[in-house]
Amino acid sequence: MTETERLALASLLYQLADDDFLYAYRGSEWLGLAPHIEEDVASSSIAQDSMGHAAMYYQLLEEIGEGKADALAHVRLAHERKNSVLVERVNGPGYYMENPEYDWAYAVVRNYCYTLAKKVRIDSLKKSSYTPLAALAVKVNMELYYHLLHWQTWFTQLYQSTETARQKMDAALERVLADFGDLFDYGEASELIDEMRLIEGQGILLDRWYQALTPVLVDLNVTLPEMKMTYNGRNGEHSPDLNDALSTLGEVYLLDQSAVW
Amino acid sequence: MTTRLEQEIRQALDTVKDPEIDAVSILDLGMVEATEWTETPFGYDVRVTLLPTFLGCPALDIIQKNTESALLQVPRVNTVNVVFLFDPPWTSDRITEQGIAGLKSFGIAPPRVVDGKWEIDCPYCGSTFVSIENLFGPTACRSILYCKSCKNPFEAMKPVSTLM
Repeated sequence: MTETERLALASLLYQLADDDFLYAYRGSEWLGLAPHIEEDVASSSIAQDSMGHAAMYYQLLEEIGEGKADALAHVRLAHERKNSVLVERVNGPGYYMENPEYDWAYAVVRNYCYTLAKKVRIDSLKKSSYTPLAALAVKVNMELYYHLLHWQTWFTQLYQSTETARQKMDAALERVLADFGDLFDYGEASELIDEMRLIEGQGILLDRWYQALTPVLVDLNVTLPEMKMTYNGRNGEHSPDLNDALSTLGEVYLLDQSAVW
Repeated sequence: MTTRLEQEIRQALDTVKDPEIDAVSILDLGMVEATEWTETPFGYDVRVTLLPTFLGCPALDIIQKNTESALLQVPRVNTVNVVFLFDPPWTSDRITEQGIAGLKSFGIAPPRVVDGKWEIDCPYCGSTFVSIENLFGPTACRSILYCKSCKNPFEAMKPVSTLM
């Protein structure tokens, strides 16, 4: 592998790692606030699995010489992060310790759309030319099965409940799609990622995502809003929400970086 | 000599229990993929490869430490190196007969897939008249259920396979 190729591989791994890292964090902020106790157990379990996935991607980055996995997770600044803007957005106004006015409809829509996209990506990664990544995808896929089942159930049930629920879901879908534009983007390294056959092209995956989502939306009589992109997270462009998330996430680690766990 | 060492290593690994289900060992769960050793003037250097059940399982670090200390008790073992690999992936069909019995005795229905369908029997009364209360449970690998026959809540280990 040439140095340019190694950097392209690293770029893709950062996208996968940072996505699950922030997704898991936003999920964990719901702990104790979810609509009922069983959901508290379920969504924190999903957040825990997803943090495990992020840790494995950071591990793969460590193995190709990017530095220690813990440092990659905690020390990198916002402009160095390659996650989609979708996963960094706050759960709603307030802070989880103080007056959280979190939006459950937004959580359900974001988690369902993201998990479906993750499923499409994982299926493609199973055929990646980089074999350690292909092997990891096989393992992640087994856990993802349960996540997708969970969020799809919430998504369809809320859409089929009251008129208020439907309005909230529509508003959430609008906001989620407004941030979805960078999800299947591979950023600046896109050409080389494609050439090296690390994962299939953006257009192919986006088509598969639409194909998987369409029958669900048709059944619910929902029209998908327009997909937009405000920032391209894959190139390190982010909303201010990311900085706040990173400072909370890294609070303990940054107190003493040489501490042994 | 090697056979005796092999046996002693196996016995030591059998004492390493899942910290959250102390009725089953890592051998019963099928987490041990390989054990290798080399002889040095100071004794044996042992290397154990383990397969994690779920990637985010917080018990993994504890299992790693317990495996190391159990093997260091084996006579003539000098160093122990425990590594986790996800290839091959751990799947629930790796659980042994003894593991299945251990899970049941702990009140956990073992994962069982018949014709592609998840079959769950109550670990207390054996009834199939059960309902899933929560696909997710107190640990990443477990779900929460209720037996409508003996009216007991119980847990089941989620099946995981490459066919999903």
